[in-house]
Amino acid sequence: MKSARTYQFTSKPSIVSTAVAVGPLEKQSPFHPHFDHVYEDERFGQDTNEKGHAHLIEETCKLAIMKGGFQTTDIDLFLGGDLVNQMTPTNFAARELATPFMGMFSACATSVSSLITASFFLESNQMERILFGSASQHNSVERQFRYPIEYGAQKPPTGQWTVTGAGYGILSHNQSDKPYVHSATIGQVIDCECTDPLDMGSAMAPAAFDTIQYHLSQNKGTAYDFVMTGDLGKTGLAILQELIRTSGVSSYLVDNYRDSGAEFYGNDDKFLSGASGSGCSASVYYGPIYAELLKKQWKKILLVATGALLSPLSFQQGESIPCIAHAVELTME
Amino acid sequence: MDAKTYQQTVDQIAPKRPVLKNCMTAFLTGGIICGIGQIVSFVYMYFFPFTERTASNPTVSTMVFFAMVLTGLGVYKKIGQFGGAGSAVPVTGFGNAVISAAIEHKTEGFILGVGGNMFKLAGSVIVYGVFSAFVVALIKTILVQMGVISW
Repeated sequence: MKSARTYQFTSKPSIVSTAVAVGPLEKQSPFHPHFDHVYEDERFGQDTNEKGHAHLIEETCKLAIMKGGFQTTDIDLFLGGDLVNQMTPTNFAARELATPFMGMFSACATSVSSLITASFFLESNQMERILFGSASQHNSVERQFRYPIEYGAQKPPTGQWTVTGAGYGILSHNQSDKPYVHSATIGQVIDCECTDPLDMGSAMAPAAFDTIQYHLSQNKGTAYDFVMTGDLGKTGLAILQELIRTSGVSSYLVDNYRDSGAEFYGNDDKFLSGASGSGCSASVYYGPIYAELLKKQWKKILLVATGALLSPLSFQQGESIPCIAHAVELTME
Repeated sequence: MDAKTYQQTVDQIAPKRPVLKNCMTAFLTGGIICGIGQIVSFVYMYFFPFTERTASNPTVSTMVFFAMVLTGLGVYKKIGQFGGAGSAVPVTGFGNAVISAAIEHKTEGFILGVGGNMFKLAGSVIVYGVFSAFVVALIKTILVQMGVISW
């Protein structure tokens, strides 16, 4: 069923299992009881950050497959992505997993864009099980987008901290005891001419607002437990709430807006505006949020992963930061 | 959404850089680093055969060495977050820029990695430092030749 950018999935594909693994710093997260694995080494025992990143993806995917009671040969398709150039960590992890694979890039929104794509594949009824998700590793992402890790640059209060973490799940045909994908809204690229790469929250908030507004307008009358954005951080979340307050979207049945980036590290000022990265939303959505859905603590939620579509080159050439947000509505009956 | 009105919303809500506080911590951090540099300089003058003029070279090397150790131990980035320009402007900041890049690119080998990237941040300091030194020297030479000032 289609309504311009919003799609409803009649087959109600279910997320049958998930796995989340994070790095050592993420132990501080209030979500950490819901992480399956907390590694003590930020390189995961590998000799480069990038190898560590690939290892994290591979191990988390294997865990998601194992928790669902499957083998890697049961997986019809692996959809995933990360933030490193040419997505080598995901590509290399897919080499080890040896499943059919398609790489996806929506920056930090890949956690949801991979789930939406997986839902479409299942809706076509040609596949049984699809592995989806995304990951990020602090060192390998920071070195690419910003400065060397040990460089003493001062970050402003709007700065965010890239999460070392991975969240993957397996989407399959409807199972009554598992949350399912009710509908999804595919985001448009929105550019409000923000140029500061140390203030991604402000750049991404309009994209999140656009997608949320569209999704809610197509699902009027639906009551949500909450809407949770990806990695707007404290700054971006405050701006999003202001945009919603002044726009009339607040008249829809949502009064709880959350952000996984803003909540990820609790209230520790060291992390400034909060967490970011494609592993941020993935490890929160497919860890604690999934667990709470399973326990039927929540019944209907809207997950809106946000991504900043910049490169270090585009920023140096003076381009603004275009952003995207993809939304997926999960339901637990 | 209109980009201009949106920027106004951002300006209202997004937290600003605490400029005054940053200036004060930069002053403090930069002052402490320079104070340590002065002590090092005195050490070279009192315990080694250096004059006030010649002590500057070993002092700079020693300060870069300190920055190297602190960068390797992961301390300098914390000083940088606190001190801002105060830890970036002195020569220790230059050392930190060189060494952090060298550490970062070690995984790509010593030639293409460390050698090729060591000066990726500090390179512009060298380029424009040498160029401005050349311009200043040129101006001074002309003024001396014209008899306006003397060496």
